[in-house]
Amino acid sequence: MKKIPRSSLIFYGGALVFFIVVQLLISFGLLNAFWNTILRLGAVMAIVSLGLNLIYGFNGQFSLGQWAFYAIGAYCAADITYRWANLGSAGGLMVVLMIVLFTGAAILFLRTQLSKIRRLDALSAFSIYLLTTLILGYVALQIGKALDAPVAAALKALPPAVALQVVFFFAVILAGMLAAEISFLFGLPILTLGSDYFGIATLGLTIITKVLLDNSDTLLGFAEMKGARGMIGIPKITTWFWVFLFLIITIVVTRNLLNSSYGRAILSVREDEIAAKAMGIDVANYKILTFVIGSFFAGLAGGLYAHINGFLHPDTFNFIKSFDPMIVIVFGGLGSVTGTIAGAFAWALVLEGFLRLFLPEGFETWRFVVYPLLLLIMMLLKPSGIFGGYEIPFIRAVLPPNQPKRAEDLRSEDAIQSQEAGL
Amino acid sequence: MSVSSTTANRPSLYDLIIKRGWLGKGLLIVVGLLALWKIVVSLLANPTLFLQQVINGLQLGFVYALIALGYTMVYGIVRLINFAHGDVFMVGAFVSFYGIARFQLHNWLSNLAPNLPPILTQAVGTLSVMAVAMAICALLAFTIERIAYKPLRNAPRISALITAIGVSFFLEYFGALKFVFTPNFITYKRPFEITTWFVNTKGIGQLIQGDTIPEGSVIFSNIFIIIVIASVALLMALNYIVQKTRVGKAMRAVAYDKQTARLMGINTDWIISFTFMIGAALAGAAGMLYAVAFPQVFFWMGIIPGLKAFVAAVLGGIGSIPGAVIGALIMGQAEVLSAAYISTPMRDAIAFSILIIVLLIRPTGIFGEPSREKA
Repeated sequence: MKKIPRSSLIFYGGALVFFIVVQLLISFGLLNAFWNTILRLGAVMAIVSLGLNLIYGFNGQFSLGQWAFYAIGAYCAADITYRWANLGSAGGLMVVLMIVLFTGAAILFLRTQLSKIRRLDALSAFSIYLLTTLILGYVALQIGKALDAPVAAALKALPPAVALQVVFFFAVILAGMLAAEISFLFGLPILTLGSDYFGIATLGLTIITKVLLDNSDTLLGFAEMKGARGMIGIPKITTWFWVFLFLIITIVVTRNLLNSSYGRAILSVREDEIAAKAMGIDVANYKILTFVIGSFFAGLAGGLYAHINGFLHPDTFNFIKSFDPMIVIVFGGLGSVTGTIAGAFAWALVLEGFLRLFLPEGFETWRFVVYPLLLLIMMLLKPSGIFGGYEIPFIRAVLPPNQPKRAEDLRSEDAIQSQEAGL
Repeated sequence: MSVSSTTANRPSLYDLIIKRGWLGKGLLIVVGLLALWKIVVSLLANPTLFLQQVINGLQLGFVYALIALGYTMVYGIVRLINFAHGDVFMVGAFVSFYGIARFQLHNWLSNLAPNLPPILTQAVGTLSVMAVAMAICALLAFTIERIAYKPLRNAPRISALITAIGVSFFLEYFGALKFVFTPNFITYKRPFEITTWFVNTKGIGQLIQGDTIPEGSVIFSNIFIIIVIASVALLMALNYIVQKTRVGKAMRAVAYDKQTARLMGINTDWIISFTFMIGAALAGAAGMLYAVAFPQVFFWMGIIPGLKAFVAAVLGGIGSIPGAVIGALIMGQAEVLSAAYISTPMRDAIAFSILIIVLLIRPTGIFGEPSREKA
């Protein structure tokens, strides 16, 4: 039997102990509902930020669209469980499942086929994908509706509590997959643009998503989402167990991804695109792969978030809030997994927790004055993040031996320009 | 389906569709034609309403143009998306608000010399409020540039971008504090009385308050005239500065090649600060004009116009001054027409869809040169 490395043992053991301690605190009522919510919010934020760190910190694509996929995931999962819990219908579950399966299979198939065609421009590829997914999506919608009744009957044979958990689990996974597929369709043409334009286009996606959610009942036709009034009646079933489970899965997936040849290719795209290309790395392919995985995490986190408060409002997915994960990863350190997780929990505990409890009421408005200032000071004094590239052994084992310090490593704009001018 | 490339001169249908990208272009053409069809149908259905929308769009477009110039100049010179620019615009609106409501700045000439004709005193008053707003915004931008951006001149571009986001947040939420601008929506007091005219086939006439608008006429107000005149004057002044003066020449040199410009003895730091200040002054004027047109000020008012102006700058080709103006006028029309004829809640979404489509067809924008920094 292969020996498990010590760092892995410490990590899994530590995670288990941490989980049990917190779970016991919750069970014995030592941790009240407020702190319980804050902890879960921190874990959800950690998942979103890990996804963003993958896209931005490890692959170097400046994305402001993470919050849009978070919103898509949240509303998708909420709609599925809402239909199950309030209407006793598995329609939402089956429709999304069918759409995800059909279009996912089509995308994977088209990907192998289209890669054989040389000189296919991104826009044409996008239109092929779009037409295919639209047609298949419609077919899947009909099949999903037909499957509603039998699946609902089968689920009702289970005890209600178990059935709800099953629906919830699938809802969260499907939310992630739907977000991933949408990110694929969106990223295909957009990722060919330069980094600044990519950032602005993804910001545009966040704004468009928010506008669509504001009018979800009239424009999109989901009456239960209630548009700008906010969606209510979502079962509150995201427990500490679920968020912790998904957080650990996210960390392990990120770590193993970075440990693979894919991970090294992703890092090489960040370091130097031209050099990566020269080494035979399909840069466009790795960009979209990272973007899709990062968005999958965002969708997953959205699905978990929707079931924390049982209430969703489009204002939560405002693009102002979309800078939150960006701030978390900048503080934690770009390209640092440990820093991201610590940053996310710090974000939840400090900004949402302590300040709200201990400071007088007027200081509520001050926190948004203080944190941009902290961000500025951070950028000026220590751009590599609070942890400055420190990783726990479990993750450090897989990263390149010399943690690149991005700020000092990346050449300045001047250097790039003079290089291009041939100086 | 077999790949046939037997005849080099006559490409097969497959080649045309797949390899020359006509599939993608076809999709965009279909979308474009649909929009055009919608516009033509609405123009034929009600020409006066359409003309009215065009006038409204022009008014908005000129305000966007003034903001977009700041984005485009700063991006052209330091390659930074200055997110804080929209908030400088907001500060300009608030400065003019306090100038009018608290300090009665627009009345100073009529208080000094009550015998002068009111049109002169009003014009001078409005201009002085605008000048104060522009000066304070320029000062603010200078401070921001020196404190936040200058130390990061040699850091990776992305740190400066995050700093810009931080500055933007700081200005918004600092403005939202109770003793600064307050978090409320505030009604803006115009420095002059609003006068409205109507134009139809029979002629032009003044619209007296309480009257019904005559059938089939287009209305416009003195606000429209002021915005157009002020914007055109500012644009001409900017053009003069950039094209004819020494500092303008230095700005163009720094935008073209910072290092060589420094070697030629240009004080690049000062030129960069100056660019920020000119952009901010224009944004301050735009803030006042925007508040005059839509009389409400609040601490978030800069975000959406700022982003749309940025979209306009990208649309026209970032780094290009005429491009920013043309792009802004297109954005103004697109926003107003889509609000009128397609969907009102979706107008922000449509603005960004235009951005995405333009970037796909022509990543450098309408007037943009092929970018030099693309790696």
